Amino acid sequence: MNQKILQMINPQAFPTPFCPGCGHGILMGAVLRAIAELEYDMKQMLFVSGIGCAAWIPSPHYKADTLHTLHGRAVAYATGAKLFNPKLKVMVISGDGDLSSIGGNHLIHAARRNIDMTVVCANNAIYGMTGGQVASTTPLGSVTTTTPKGNPERPFDLCKLAEASGATYVARQPVALPIPLTRTLKNAIVHQGFSFVEVLSPCPTQFGRRNAFRTAFEMIKALRNSCIPVEKAKGLTPEELRGKVIVGEFVTLKGKGGLS
Amino acid sequence: MPIKKVKSPLAPGWYFMQGDEACAEGAIAAGCRFYAGYPITPASEVMIRMVHRLSDVGGVFIQMEDEIGSISSVIGASWAGAKAMTATSGPGISLMIEGIGYAVITETPCVIVDVQRAGPSTGQATRPGQGDMMQVKWGPHGDNEIVALAPWSVQEMYDLTIKAFNLAERFRVPAFLLADEAVGHLRETLVVKEEVEVFDRFKAPGQPPFGTNEPNGVPPMPSFGEGENLLVTGSTHDERGFRKTADSAVQARLTERLIRKVKDFSSEIIETDPHLLRDAEIGVVAYGFTARAALQAVKSLRKQEIKAGLLRLVSIWPFAGEAIAQLGKRCRSIFVPEMNQGQVAGELRKYTTAPVISLPKTNGEVIEPGEIVEGIRRNMP
Repeated sequence: MNQKILQMINPQAFPTPFCPGCGHGILMGAVLRAIAELEYDMKQMLFVSGIGCAAWIPSPHYKADTLHTLHGRAVAYATGAKLFNPKLKVMVISGDGDLSSIGGNHLIHAARRNIDMTVVCANNAIYGMTGGQVASTTPLGSVTTTTPKGNPERPFDLCKLAEASGATYVARQPVALPIPLTRTLKNAIVHQGFSFVEVLSPCPTQFGRRNAFRTAFEMIKALRNSCIPVEKAKGLTPEELRGKVIVGEFVTLKGKGGLS
Repeated sequence: MPIKKVKSPLAPGWYFMQGDEACAEGAIAAGCRFYAGYPITPASEVMIRMVHRLSDVGGVFIQMEDEIGSISSVIGASWAGAKAMTATSGPGISLMIEGIGYAVITETPCVIVDVQRAGPSTGQATRPGQGDMMQVKWGPHGDNEIVALAPWSVQEMYDLTIKAFNLAERFRVPAFLLADEAVGHLRETLVVKEEVEVFDRFKAPGQPPFGTNEPNGVPPMPSFGEGENLLVTGSTHDERGFRKTADSAVQARLTERLIRKVKDFSSEIIETDPHLLRDAEIGVVAYGFTARAALQAVKSLRKQEIKAGLLRLVSIWPFAGEAIAQLGKRCRSIFVPEMNQGQVAGELRKYTTAPVISLPKTNGEVIEPGEIVEGIRRNMP
């Protein structure tokens, strides 16, 4: 399997640009593992990304067609490509700032249209590439370079946003749980219609070190420990769920063909 | 050039048609099979016609969430292999500017129709203007070389839309149809011929899609799904598409070629339409709907024993600098009526030392022949 995955990567792309401890490398591998396990041909895949650290996961690493677009616009570019050539298996991989802040409009409308594509949002709760500014996903109270006294704004729940917008498959997993993550990505890829996967990915460089995570290991361990499966979360009180992140599949509307 | 002749999808003959609708017909004739748009006056009629015509020919139509989404999906569709178009007006162009810059650096062929209205900002949505002449050229940051054509009739809304597609494909650039509300909403005769000349993008499997041996070459363009492992990026990239964000040689080579691949071949693009210029002492330069008034003005000046002539600019970008230089040598002065505060008049001054006199009008009404005659008589040397 590892040999198979290496063949899906552009050798010229190494070394990767990701910081030590960044979660995006795990996601980069998980997507390829999902495609390899599904035995999909990379030649029929189109990976579309926006701007930011996560946008570099497919471009230039993946040996497939990749479209590295403008900040926020990946989903709209993907919409055009998919509608004109429905044979393409289209996957958008981009960050939280890219997809939910500057690109929020395209995200909700593609979900509403149920365009047959998979959107993977690598959520590190920060603008990493530009120097650790607050994002629309940064937790309340977190310290960032633009909220030195703590973030006064509430973050988006991206899965609820996608669900409310009409996405027919919605799930969340952390990179700290790579096996459920890969399984989730496979389900999202084979889903007919608009699928959305929020992938929690730690950014020790821009987020962790300003927020009491002394090392990258500490941060990814805390991420894993904070996750609670959606099945287990059912029946727990808000008090019991405080500080927890619910992971798993939230929407699985089967048998609904997407617009393409 | 691999130009081919295809049968017109619209039955040949005479039609009484609106300019915006003729534009849509021209797009279909040129092979446009993808349209993404957002409603805006005075360009919406292009979109509405495209809904029906794309359905007839098996193309794809989508009304996007905004103009940013429109240009984005047009670029995405173009890389999926489509001849793709969007149509809008000034406010929509303002939103599309970043995407237009992306189309320039990724060398994505696409056609953008701008049915200009009176600005700035929301301005007067139903009134004509010609205020986007500079915006389409200089809107995106960095240096850009694009193509822009300015129709003056319903016939040219059809013909120049076809030409815009052919030039976009030939040079791998965004091509603009710089129309205005007056010509967009005008109804008059359209003659459709039996055959249409169309240019399809050049393909060469395995060849680099973003570089050529020549410093002014247009590389072949593969599509997604052809097994080329395409790397398309708006960052500076080498000939295979790899990001090179700190390599000054790659940056210099790319930016120079993006300009020279159009500029060095501008004679294939530039089109002017001279009227009564042979012995003219007074030159008039005009384009779009205003050129109709200018032609009338020149004719009435001739009746008043004033030797005036019109140089109509059919193409705006790249600019017809050589034709202006020649005009400047033979005329005592050049008058430029336009529905803006002298945008193209200023461009003329780069190419001639002859006096260039701007006749601007920005009250949201078209320029009338009498106003041009009066402006010329008042300022005659």
